[in-house]
Amino acid sequence: MADLLDRKLVFVTGKGGVGKTTIAAALAWLAAERGKKTLVCEIDAKGDLASFYETGPTRFQEREVAPRLWAMSMDTEASLKQYLSLQLKLPLVSRVGPLAKMFDFVASAAPGVKEIVTVGKLCWEVRERHYDLIVADASASGHVVSQLAAPQAMNELVQVGLVRQQTGWMLDILGDARTTGVVVVATPAEMPVSETLELTDALQRETNVDLAAVVVNRVLPELFGRGEEEVFERLAADSGAPARRGVEERLGGTIDPLLEAARLTVSMRRSRTEHLERLRGAIDPAIPMLYMPYLFFRAQGLRATHQIADALSAELGY
Amino acid sequence: MAGTGLEELVSSKEIVIACGSGGVGKTTTAAAIAAMSAVRHRGKVLVVTVDPARRLAGALGLQGFGNDVKQVDAAAFAGTGVKPRGELWAAMLDTKQSWDDLVRRHAPDPDTEQRILSNPLYQNISGKFVQSHDYIAMERLYEIHSSGDFDLIVVDTPPTRNAIDFIEAPRRMAEFFSSKLLRLLIAPYRSRMVNLASKPFYQVADRVLGSQFLEDIAEFFILFQTMYDGFVERATAVERLLRDQRTTFVVVSTLEGAPVREAEFFIEVLTTKRFHLGALVLNKVLPDYLLDEGAEERAARLCDEAPAVARAGDLAVSLATEADQLERVLAEVAANFRNFARVARREAGLKRDLRSSPEVVAMVPEFEGDIHDLAGLLRLGERIWGQ
Repeated sequence: MADLLDRKLVFVTGKGGVGKTTIAAALAWLAAERGKKTLVCEIDAKGDLASFYETGPTRFQEREVAPRLWAMSMDTEASLKQYLSLQLKLPLVSRVGPLAKMFDFVASAAPGVKEIVTVGKLCWEVRERHYDLIVADASASGHVVSQLAAPQAMNELVQVGLVRQQTGWMLDILGDARTTGVVVVATPAEMPVSETLELTDALQRETNVDLAAVVVNRVLPELFGRGEEEVFERLAADSGAPARRGVEERLGGTIDPLLEAARLTVSMRRSRTEHLERLRGAIDPAIPMLYMPYLFFRAQGLRATHQIADALSAELGY
Repeated sequence: MAGTGLEELVSSKEIVIACGSGGVGKTTTAAAIAAMSAVRHRGKVLVVTVDPARRLAGALGLQGFGNDVKQVDAAAFAGTGVKPRGELWAAMLDTKQSWDDLVRRHAPDPDTEQRILSNPLYQNISGKFVQSHDYIAMERLYEIHSSGDFDLIVVDTPPTRNAIDFIEAPRRMAEFFSSKLLRLLIAPYRSRMVNLASKPFYQVADRVLGSQFLEDIAEFFILFQTMYDGFVERATAVERLLRDQRTTFVVVSTLEGAPVREAEFFIEVLTTKRFHLGALVLNKVLPDYLLDEGAEERAARLCDEAPAVARAGDLAVSLATEADQLERVLAEVAANFRNFARVARREAGLKRDLRSSPEVVAMVPEFEGDIHDLAGLLRLGERIWGQ
């Protein structure tokens, strides 16, 4: 299997709220840092990607946001325009009238059109070799399968015509595991783990795209080492015990909140571990799982991007 | 923070719609509101969920797929220690089946019905098309509400990419089927006479999509037009229901950057479009003691002085350990508190940032495990129900 950053096109997806954009932003950052000319594309243009690089809003026209790192956001209409003029060589387009309306119409009428111009744009960037790596902050798990399966679905729906001729090479790019891979992001909680497992099944069943890695985000640290939890329990057990009073006198007040917080962490970590184990047990052992720490200090912004990029780097063995 | 809970709000409404970004606990919140209502009041309460966690679905007696409405078994309440005064019912939304039902209801004759159901485009739209979830969820709500079978219906909305998609879905669906472009596109297939003025349009459409595909589209819409009147009328009625006084929206969020931004946007849209914004539920909020300043000071001191504290007197001995180990435990406890206090302060800041909150704001603590049974739902419900 190809090394993650040696692929050309990586889709980052996962259940809503698990930190997909953080991971996509950091992965692209790491690749650029390691010398690859990288494009990162936010597909559901919510505008979150820009905040991870602390730059102005990203647009369809890519922009260099750091050395070797380019960012863009998907705009299906702009992508279709580019597609029609560059690939289908349709000079007519400008004279057809309100392209936007036609596009809206066709896209609503024929599910798959929006998906195909989205995936098509990324595949085209791969084919033209504009970048060493393209990272897509893809749609959430509910939608990403239909995006990745769009070229195949289109092939079946559209029997003739230019679109049909165009889907072949996209399928080649998407289906080549050395070129393209999907990274699924999960958090150690019930729904994200279940959704990850459903998604990895659906990807295998309905698309020809390779699962490159599973990233587990927001993993809490293990608070106590061997034997330490017992010491903690003895300290926390009796609020009137001399030992506890000794500590509190020295610190000038109750340490109940500190002990409560430690208990909360221990039990949260414990329930999350169960979900992690279920995930690890169900994912093919050949698929790497990368563990990202819970970020206490910053959940957003460039600082968070740096920290996650460092964690990715360590997990990937760089 | 406002002191009133959801009880008053829910009592005066017939429909409660829970919305918010993905992963914030929408389904659980919707189920908790329904469960609380069934426990406290006489009457039939239904929770309609889109995609419940498997264990939660099990607890509500929802197995497999299907659109059936099922009563939650009284036995499920056995472990909770409460006896519900009303009845709790649950249903899962099956998009594909709901679309098929809709076609059956509106198709003029069995032949048209069959041709629509077997059209490849229809299958694509009803099964895979994400936005079709939005419409069908609202459509199904309308269907259940007009049956008059329930006193309260709580709906969990599908995860939409755009938060307002589902409230606009009925109107857009109606607009779509009455659009000029639709008529333009299917005109030649209807009359077999191509209007010259529209020629370039077909040339492009044909080159890009291929004529077979265009014919499939046309057939689908010609068939669909036979259901047009019923469909548009229905979509209009669905929208009217969403704006009805008996309907309220509950925005659900966690105190994290992206969900808060989405909640704000949602609140703004609901307000400007004059839907009834009933409450804001903030989920998975860290406990208040993390904001205690005295505790923060002591944690900071303990971080610095752990080596000395661990070696003071016979502390280590009385805890049956060595000073080195005790030092590590104390340092971990202190650092852990400071870490989570930091997150709690960030949450508090985000809560202040929520500028225009509805009158009712409920805070729900981060529970230690997942909620997967009625006891858990009621525990959560207690927190949002009242003071």
